[in-house]
Amino acid sequence: MEDILLLDAVERYLSGAMLPEEKAYFEQLRKNTPEIDQMVVEHKLFLQQMGTYSEHRNLKHALHESHARLLERGDINEGGEVSAKGKVIQLFHRYKKVTAIAASIAGFTALTISVLVAALSPTVNKTQIQQLNGAINQLRKVQQAQGSKINELNSGAVLPKDVTVISSGTAFLIDGKGYLVTNAHVLKGSGAIVVNNKGQEFFAKIINIDQTRDLAILKIDDNTYKSFNSLPYAIKKSDVDLGEELYTLGYPRDEIVYNMGYLSAESGFNGDTSSYQLSLTANPGNSGGPIFNKNGEIVGVLSTRQTSAEGVVFAVKAKGIYKMIEELKKSDSSLAKIKMPSGGASLKGVERSKQIKEVADCVFLVKAYNQQ
Amino acid sequence: MKADSNEQLLLKGLANNDGKAIDTIYKENFSVIQALILNNNGTYDDARDIFQEAMITLYEKAKSESFVLTCQIKTYLYSVCRRLWLKRLQQMGRFTIHGEDIEETVAVEEDMEIHEKRNAEFAIMDRALNSLGEPCKSLLEAYYIRKKGMGDIATDFGYTNADNAKNQKYKCLMRLKKLFFAQYNIGE
Repeated sequence: MEDILLLDAVERYLSGAMLPEEKAYFEQLRKNTPEIDQMVVEHKLFLQQMGTYSEHRNLKHALHESHARLLERGDINEGGEVSAKGKVIQLFHRYKKVTAIAASIAGFTALTISVLVAALSPTVNKTQIQQLNGAINQLRKVQQAQGSKINELNSGAVLPKDVTVISSGTAFLIDGKGYLVTNAHVLKGSGAIVVNNKGQEFFAKIINIDQTRDLAILKIDDNTYKSFNSLPYAIKKSDVDLGEELYTLGYPRDEIVYNMGYLSAESGFNGDTSSYQLSLTANPGNSGGPIFNKNGEIVGVLSTRQTSAEGVVFAVKAKGIYKMIEELKKSDSSLAKIKMPSGGASLKGVERSKQIKEVADCVFLVKAYNQQ
Repeated sequence: MKADSNEQLLLKGLANNDGKAIDTIYKENFSVIQALILNNNGTYDDARDIFQEAMITLYEKAKSESFVLTCQIKTYLYSVCRRLWLKRLQQMGRFTIHGEDIEETVAVEEDMEIHEKRNAEFAIMDRALNSLGEPCKSLLEAYYIRKKGMGDIATDFGYTNADNAKNQKYKCLMRLKKLFFAQYNIGE
């Protein structure tokens, strides 16, 4: 019992819980009694040991907990299968920063793009489609080349000397008497000559230009022109089906060029129902060219292409030609004699190369010029 | 290279037994140590033991008043673990560690000596406590390790009052001291 009291006293002394008087008395006791002094020193050491021991135990406990926690989260791995939960959590922990960054970038990009689109779209629309009349520079070369040929052929039509060719395109006959259809945007100047696929040039009169439909009518006004009794093709009023194979002939250069494609949409640029969208290669100079279906019937007039996409071309529906002609007939009685080849398909079942041979004679190069 | 402020904070956290700091140090360093142990005939359990022992060494260092860590935590832990594992290998009759030329090490011999001494003392206390038997062991643990008040301990253990619990505690303490010093003095 006495030992216990003594131990209590020592412990209180060491922890500083003694009152000053008691402490003074105890210190006196320590001085006088070596046994008690020894006991204090010993107990102090023991308490230190105990303290360290408890710290270590607590730390070990904390380390075990930490280990288990990290293992659960998948931050560390002990070879065993990472639990599904651990895996998900692990992925989350690993990628949360990346995800956050990616999300902010995506958000920022989306905003930027929408702002840009809003700011730029009006101007973009204007340049999205390109009219396919030939460039002037290209045309000058053509003119020179043709010029020499004309002399050889001794054709009646020669370009007036004081003119500049400013635009070129393609036209095709809608009446054997010399009526041609081309695009309105091809006929930029004050007059035009047309050249057939053999290089013969003819003067042509501009009968009508319909800017809204982007169609125009020319009449060959040249005595060297021999009119066709009948045209080899028909011009089809009805619509073309999606995916139907189509081809065109045109003059992107001074020689007739064939290109093939298919109908890719039943409406044109920005949902324009008066035209088709085709997937076909076309170049400047193809404007005004006829679009044939596989039976050799004309279904449209090639007009523009989308600059932002490769091989996207638009063609005015052939129906538009009929409508225009009907309107013209009402206002101008002299045009009443135009007779459109609306008969059956005479080229149906004919091999493509033979079809082309037949129709190529009716496809002309148009050169629009400005008289100075 | 001086440990940067971030590492100083971590060490301070470790010294205060802060769970977050321990998690961070653990997470950043465990895999390297695990690889070292696994590549040298160790098991996952060995890796855990060695790493945790190194953590204790680091803790002791962080706790000591004259504490200066002159290298990165990573380097320190690696060096300690390497020493510890090398020793373990020597006990098993192997002498070399492979595949470690990538990691730099620092001299940790002094710390290891202190640590070993502490470890021995820890073992003595542990043995003494465990040979006490119940309820002495739990009573002393409650007071000295979990730092509970005598009132709480009396309620928990079912003593009628705190004084009785205190008396019992001192009886147990005297037994523990006897057991402890019997071993401790031999060790000296």
